[in-house]
Order: sequence, then structure tokens, then C-alpha cells
Amino acid sequence: MGTWTWFHKLSSPPHCYRIAGQLIPWFAIPAALLIVAGIYGGLVRAPADYQQGDAFRIIYVHAPAAWLSLMCYTVMAVAAAVGLVWRIKLAHALAAATAPIGASFALLCLATGSIWGKPMWGTWWTWDARLTSQLILLFLYLGYQALRSAYDDIGKADRASAVLAIVGVVNVPIIHFSVNWWNSLHQGSTVLRRGGPAMPASMLVPLILCFFGFTFLYAALACVRVRAEVLRRERNAHWLQDLAGRRGRTESAT
Amino acid sequence: MADAVDAHLVADHLHLWRGQRHVLRGLYVEARAGEFIHLKGANGTGKTSLLRTLAGFLWPEEGEIRWCGQPVGQDRDGYAVAMAYLGHENALKGDLTALENLHYATNLRHATPQSAQRAVLERLGVAAQADLPTRVLSAGQKRRVAMARVLLSRATLWLLDEPFTNLDTQGVTDLAALVAEHTRQGGIALVTSHAAIALAEGQVRELVLA
Amino acid sequence: MILATTAPLRAAGLVLRRDLALAFRRWEQVTHPVVFFLMVATLFPLALNPKPSLLADVAAGVVWVSALLSSMLALETLYRADVEDGTLEQLTLTGQPLALLLLAKTVAHWILSGLPLVLAAPVVAIAFGADAAANAVLMTAIALGTAVLSLIGSVGAALTLGSRRGSVLLSLLVLPLIMPVLIFGARATALAMHGESAEGPLWLLGALLILALTLTPFASAAAVRISLE
Repeated sequence: MGTWTWFHKLSSPPHCYRIAGQLIPWFAIPAALLIVAGIYGGLVRAPADYQQGDAFRIIYVHAPAAWLSLMCYTVMAVAAAVGLVWRIKLAHALAAATAPIGASFALLCLATGSIWGKPMWGTWWTWDARLTSQLILLFLYLGYQALRSAYDDIGKADRASAVLAIVGVVNVPIIHFSVNWWNSLHQGSTVLRRGGPAMPASMLVPLILCFFGFTFLYAALACVRVRAEVLRRERNAHWLQDLAGRRGRTESAT
Repeated sequence: MADAVDAHLVADHLHLWRGQRHVLRGLYVEARAGEFIHLKGANGTGKTSLLRTLAGFLWPEEGEIRWCGQPVGQDRDGYAVAMAYLGHENALKGDLTALENLHYATNLRHATPQSAQRAVLERLGVAAQADLPTRVLSAGQKRRVAMARVLLSRATLWLLDEPFTNLDTQGVTDLAALVAEHTRQGGIALVTSHAAIALAEGQVRELVLA
Repeated sequence: MILATTAPLRAAGLVLRRDLALAFRRWEQVTHPVVFFLMVATLFPLALNPKPSLLADVAAGVVWVSALLSSMLALETLYRADVEDGTLEQLTLTGQPLALLLLAKTVAHWILSGLPLVLAAPVVAIAFGADAAANAVLMTAIALGTAVLSLIGSVGAALTLGSRRGSVLLSLLVLPLIMPVLIFGARATALAMHGESAEGPLWLLGALLILALTLTPFASAAAVRISLE
């Protein structure tokens, strides 16, 4: 039972609001350090690619964004399932907080992919397998957001979108497989052979730093957004009015 | 009504939120076999919400509902079979006749001969409309056909949300008598109604929601 | 304890029969998706170019896009009427497994919206100059594909029941989920039209159907219960 009490205490809104607030610097500072180091290593220190020249450097944003757009969808679906099965509102808040972050990363990944495609392929968009699955992933996020915003009642929006997220996460590997299968029949293998067999450490290390940096960035953003979700959901609750009252008093005192 | 003797419904300190509204605040209701409960209260006091919670559509944030001592969440289907719910909508397909409607609705639960269906329609005064598509019936006649479904359900617990809507004076009296008969045989009925239920003293327990 | 004495499969059969009986009394509604399908297919030669070689090239894609759009359109009607007249909430109170009853409704919906497309698809394919020998594969693929769409769409239709906006929202939810169906289905059809074996993608479509059959009824049941809250 010990874990359960702990779990329920954590999932109580005031507690969660406080803890999420305390966690932000622990995620935000490593995120900033890792991303600055990774981008510096990637843009300044790493040698130019012998085939792609300097254009390959966009990978330091593109690849972590692709990874996070997928990870966010998984986090969202797992949180949604937890919220649906155990009726934990905080899990729904996390899913709601994660969706727009994931959608942004998916969009960032598409945009960087398209910018990279212009010098490489001579066109802003090709129906490359990775880009196409990423586009469908973005559509999945947009559908999720559309369903959420179509409900007035937060509780219903949470549960309905949770079902969609679960159906979606089962579908993501199928979409990935089908798009790869489709693409391999219609085109030769893509120009982008990421990294190739041996990526020199000077290229690889900054990429790994960026991967971790972006993941920490997600965690920090999720904390901020979960706090906002909790505020939105609990706007009539007593603890919040107490908190606002205390803040108001300290502000008028100073 | 196999276990009508043990029939016992408890709504234990229910708290229900609808959006930002705290509709049910620690409500406690207990109903035993033979009880006819008339739920009263002004608009928006949560009568329909209470019935929908008891029917299992809404989940209370706190508290639990027990049927014959067991939380209903443990055996949802068993509870559903013991319960009949009449909502605001009649659950009738306008393109099907009254009998066809009853056929599909009741046979989903248990096999019911057509003669039994006709008999119940007769009792409710809509025998002449049995073979008409329900879309041509009057609002009161539709309500009676919907009530026929409840009568055929073999359920112990009746949850009736405004069953008297659109009924004429005679219809109200007859239906109240039918519900009273059901409870006398060991059933339980929770009925919301704005009108007074014209039955002898002591037959109906009033419960006012505020 | 009292249990429903009607066997679950018999209950599912009743739901299926009821939905078919209702549809046959409103026969014109059943024909709408087919007419829509034929109209959308007609748009392509007008928008592109009536050159036979071009049309034969795009035939498989045109048939599939039109078929998916038209069964998408029909999805909207799957639960809407049952919610409005209260029969859906009664369906959840029968003591029968809700997932099974909803599967029966989905099967009825497929018979009414998918099956007519299976019959109409060869007409469009031939009008686009496709080889009639490909018709068997085309019809099998459309049958499998529309069945998967009905199953996934049943979840989407149930999810949008309690919300404000209906039809466009439903397409936003369902279209990304059915892109694999389009990929395998159109590929199978194109292969058959070029006289090659379409076995691979047909098996993949079959696998999708089995997966959808086992998972989506439960998601639909959850979604319907949420919509009734």
C-alpha cells in the first residue's frame, strides 16, 4: 500500500503543481547546457561531411526532433492509458501537456527535413519514407488536438482523447512499416543514409549531446505545461485560491 | 425476480462533478425491496444525474454504489440485467413498429414471446398501436411503449426519469399503480417527477434533492 | 445472480438484424455512399486529362481514394441516430458484452456502406480502362479495406459522439489511421492491374483486418461509454 499512498499523494493537484515547479530547473539547466554544447560541437567543431558538405549539420536539430516527436506520442499514449484505467486526472494532464510539444517537434522535424532537402534533392519536399511517416504522425497529433478541443468538458475530452491516443500508438508502427514498404516499391533507397557505417566521433558526440539535451528540454517543457494544465483544471479549487491569496499578500507587502 | 427478497441498493456518499459544478455532494440513498422512491427537487438539483449515476453512465468522483451488498463496478453486466432504466429519450426507432421495438429491446436480455409483448402493450393502453411504426404515435403513446420495455425487462430495480411526461391524467394514475405493483412484488423503483404521485399514504417515500 | 439469458452471439445477431431492417426501410440512404463514390471518381478525368494511358495509370489510386472518402462519409451515421433516440444507452444496459454488440452494428454498417462499394468498384475501374482480369483482386481488396475502415471508423465515430463538431472532425481522426489500408489496398490493385501477383499486399490487408477485429470493438465500447457520461 505504501507505493499507492505515495502515488496518490503525488497525483493530488497541489502536490503535483509544487513538485513540477521544483523539477523545472533540474531539467531546464541540463537541457540548456547539453543543447549549447551539442550545437557548438555540431556546427563549429564537427568536420563537414565529405558528400553533403555543411548541409548535413541540420541533423543536430532534425534527428533529435524526430526522436522526440515519436517519444512524445508514446509518453502521451502511456499517460492516457494510465489515466483511463486508473482514472488519474494528473496522467490526463500530462497527456494534454505533451501533445502540443510532440506536435511542435514533428513540425520542426518536417521543416528541417525540408530545408535540408532543398540543397540535397533540389526540392523542398520529396515523398521520402521518413518524411511521409513524420507527416502522418503530425496528422495524428492534429487529430488528437482537434478531438480534445471539440469537447467542452475537460473530463470527457481527457477520456475520449485517451482512447484515440491508444488506438494511434498501436497504429504508429503499422504506419511506419506500411510507408517504408510503399516507399521501397516506388523509389530507390533514399539519399539520406544517416551517418553511414562509421560516423566519426567528432560528429557523433554532439549528436548524442543534442539527443539528451532535447529530451531534457521536453521534460522541462512538460513540467511547465503540466503546471498550466493543473491551474486550468483546478481554477475553482480552494488550495489554488489560498495560493493566489498568499502570493497577493506577499506582493502587496513588498 | 429471482432474488427480489435480497434486493438492496445503496448509494454511499456520492460526490459527482459535472464540469465545474458539484452536483451530488455526499448523497446517501438506500432503497430496500418493496420501496417506491419519488425523487423530487427543483431543476438542476441533480435528479437526472443521480439516476444516470445509479444506472452506471456517470462515475462518481467519490463514493460507491452497492447492489445487494456488492459494488456495482465488480459485476457491471449482472447489475445491468437487474436494472431497467427509462431516460428522457424513449429509445424507440421511429421506423420500427411498437412490437418490433419491443422485440429487439427485450430479446437482447431474454427470450420474450410476442404474446407477452402484446399483453403488456394492452395493459398500457397501446394495443391498437402495436403494429404501427412508432413515429406516427403521439408523444404520450411513445412514452407508454417505452414503459412497456421496462415492464418486460424482468428487472428488479427500476430507474425512471420523468416517466409521466406527456401522459394524460388517467395514464399518470395507471402508471403509478403499475410501479406500485412492481414494488409490492419486491421490486425497487426510483422515480423522478415534478408532479405529485397520486398514491395512498405510505406507499411512496419522497426524497427531496436540494 | 440473474444474468441475461440470451446468448451473446444471438444478441449480436439481433442488433445486426435490427440495423439492417432499419436501413431497408430507408433504402435511399444506403445508395448515397455509392452515388458519392461514382461522383468522386468522375471528378478525376475532368480534373486531370481523359487520356486513356494516364487514366489507366491512376485507376487504382482513384478507386481507392474515392472508396475511402465515400465510406468515411457514411461513418457519420453509424451511431448518431442511436444516440439521439436513446437506443445506444439502452444497448449498454442489456448485460451483453458491449464490444460484441457494437461489432454487430459495425458489421451491419459495413454491409450497407462497404459491400455496395465492392460491387461498384469494378465499374469505375473498367471506366478508367483497367484490365477486367484485375477485378477479383480489386473486389477482395476493397472488401478487406472498407471492413478495416469501418472498424477503425467505428472508434472514431464513437469518440466524436459527445463533442460539438461532427463530420470534419471524424475525418481528421480517422484518415491518418487508415493510411496503411490505402497503401496496401491501392498497391494490391495496381499490381493486379499490371498483371502481377497481388498476394503480398492482400495478406497484409488481411492481417490489418484481423488486428482491427480483435482490438477496435473494445476501443469502440470504451468510447461509447465515455460519450454517454
